[in-house]
Amino acid sequence: MLQRVSRSRLAVPSIRLRRLPVHLTVLVIAAIWLIPVVGLTVSSFRPALSVATTGWWKSFALPGDYTLENYSNALDNNGLGLSLFNSLAATVPATVLTVTVAAAAAYGLACMKFRFRNSVLLLTVGLLIVPIQITLVPLLKIFNSLGLTGSFLGLWLAHLGYSLPFGIYLLHKFFSQLPRDLFEAAAMDGASATQVFFQIVLPVSRPALASLAIFEFVWNWNDLLTALIFLGGFREVAPMTVTVSNMVASRGNGWEVLTAAAVLSMVVPMAMFIAMQKHFVRGMLAGSTTG
Amino acid sequence: MIAERIGLVLLAVSATVVIAWAYLLFGDRLISRLPRRLNRRVMPWLFVAPAVFVIGCLLVFPAISTVVLSLFDKDGSSFVGMQNYTDMLSNEITQGALRNTVLWVIALPSLAALLGLLVAVLAERVRYGTLVKATLFLPIAISPVAAGVIWTFMYDYQPPITEQTGTMNALVTLVPDTEPIAWLISQATNNWALIAAMLWTQAGFAMVIFSAALGSVPVELHEAARLDGASEWHVFRRITLPLLIPTVVVVMTAMTVIALKTFDIVYVMTNGNYGTDVIATVMYKELFTARDNGTAGAVATLLMLAVLPIIFVNIRQFRLENKEA
Repeated sequence: MLQRVSRSRLAVPSIRLRRLPVHLTVLVIAAIWLIPVVGLTVSSFRPALSVATTGWWKSFALPGDYTLENYSNALDNNGLGLSLFNSLAATVPATVLTVTVAAAAAYGLACMKFRFRNSVLLLTVGLLIVPIQITLVPLLKIFNSLGLTGSFLGLWLAHLGYSLPFGIYLLHKFFSQLPRDLFEAAAMDGASATQVFFQIVLPVSRPALASLAIFEFVWNWNDLLTALIFLGGFREVAPMTVTVSNMVASRGNGWEVLTAAAVLSMVVPMAMFIAMQKHFVRGMLAGSTTG
Repeated sequence: MIAERIGLVLLAVSATVVIAWAYLLFGDRLISRLPRRLNRRVMPWLFVAPAVFVIGCLLVFPAISTVVLSLFDKDGSSFVGMQNYTDMLSNEITQGALRNTVLWVIALPSLAALLGLLVAVLAERVRYGTLVKATLFLPIAISPVAAGVIWTFMYDYQPPITEQTGTMNALVTLVPDTEPIAWLISQATNNWALIAAMLWTQAGFAMVIFSAALGSVPVELHEAARLDGASEWHVFRRITLPLLIPTVVVVMTAMTVIALKTFDIVYVMTNGNYGTDVIATVMYKELFTARDNGTAGAVATLLMLAVLPIIFVNIRQFRLENKEA
């Protein structure tokens, strides 16, 4: 320690100079990541004419040239207000459903021994990265014949199916690290499997459940493909991702409205993400170790 | 309508919780009445069966049906054998999409790993490192749709005489006598422009994984090497990098899967026009525009075959980690 301090003091000017490329690289990368979001947000508050004729950076020279009109336009005229609640209706129940079914399954797989346990586990791991495209055609046929297409129930089921392998994998990883004695002591006292699950496993696993819930929430909220296919393109049930992508495709709006719509669609997952960042990172690290 | 949606959310959530609770409670009571040995065998299935049922109905059965469907014609009425596959492989659109997907699979993982590693390493060397990491991390919460809007706006193109409102072209035209570039239309740039947009959303993921891995590299190793007079680059090259190889594999695998499945960002930014189709957008078009279930099934099966090796490696890895499995 001492040696390092004295050495760096001797070499101050050259080290400063040598570190310049490091600072430059880091700052340039940070700028590339920040500028697109700044440009989007600034444009969403500018009047249509300004957005169409000048770059967003010029607005800093015109203080006061801002408006909220784009937001009311996106919310009312383009139906994004209803889409916001459609996104909620699509996302929240799907998330609760996934966490519930995955928690029960992960408990059985991690804390009990039974025949075919390994087969179920390996099937889950195998399905982790299966492209959902492989299921779309037959599933759409089945949903059509059951009248589930275009309903939130159908979308919840689709999300549940696509998210379960990840949910089981994540929670299994956590549950199998819980100390054995915890259950064995409870079982000795005559607690049933369900009591152990509700009274011991679930309460001590709150962080893992939170990780999975936040993951599923952001994931389902941001999903486009599943909603596009299973909600059947009906406007009144379209979540924000579908509505925004329709707005882009129709080319009926200027950039001022599109940018406002994009900002609106980002607000909820962004707030969720910032509020629960620790859980999100934990889930991401746990989920990534086998790809 | 809005009140209806809120009501639906509340109803669905409470129904899920009540049904799950009642199912487990009564199931447990019922199974407890069985003789002891049978009880022990049946009890696990009380917890596992719902998930297995859902996975079977929504993933396994449809996946198998897709492979079967791919051997039939448009509406599944007559068997055509490998016809869909040979048609698909000789079709210009699919060929282009396959070429593009290969480009995605090569470019996205390597760029994401490179950038993620670079930022993870360099951010530790500056005092504002946490802030830089947060910046890179933020787009993870942004949907590919919103990212598509963001980057289409960044790449916006205006005719040469008019003022450029897109950031990229404003920067390009700062150089005297340079024409603005139609990033998303010109075939020389558009695929790379799309990959860059995707990279922008994914690099933070790679960075977080690398940061965590760097944190677990023992500090003593670095200290010892530095005391021996090794340069920073040498320490990184000889000590840190070899220890990070498994993490590089993890990141590259995850990114390969993401690259193979790419759909949203292409759908929003170009809808596959101007030669930017990828496998997933072609499949979507076959399903909804051409209404050809056979070809859509064949394209999906192809995509599945591409990820199959990664699935096997994952399963093997999982077995090594969980020795009993």
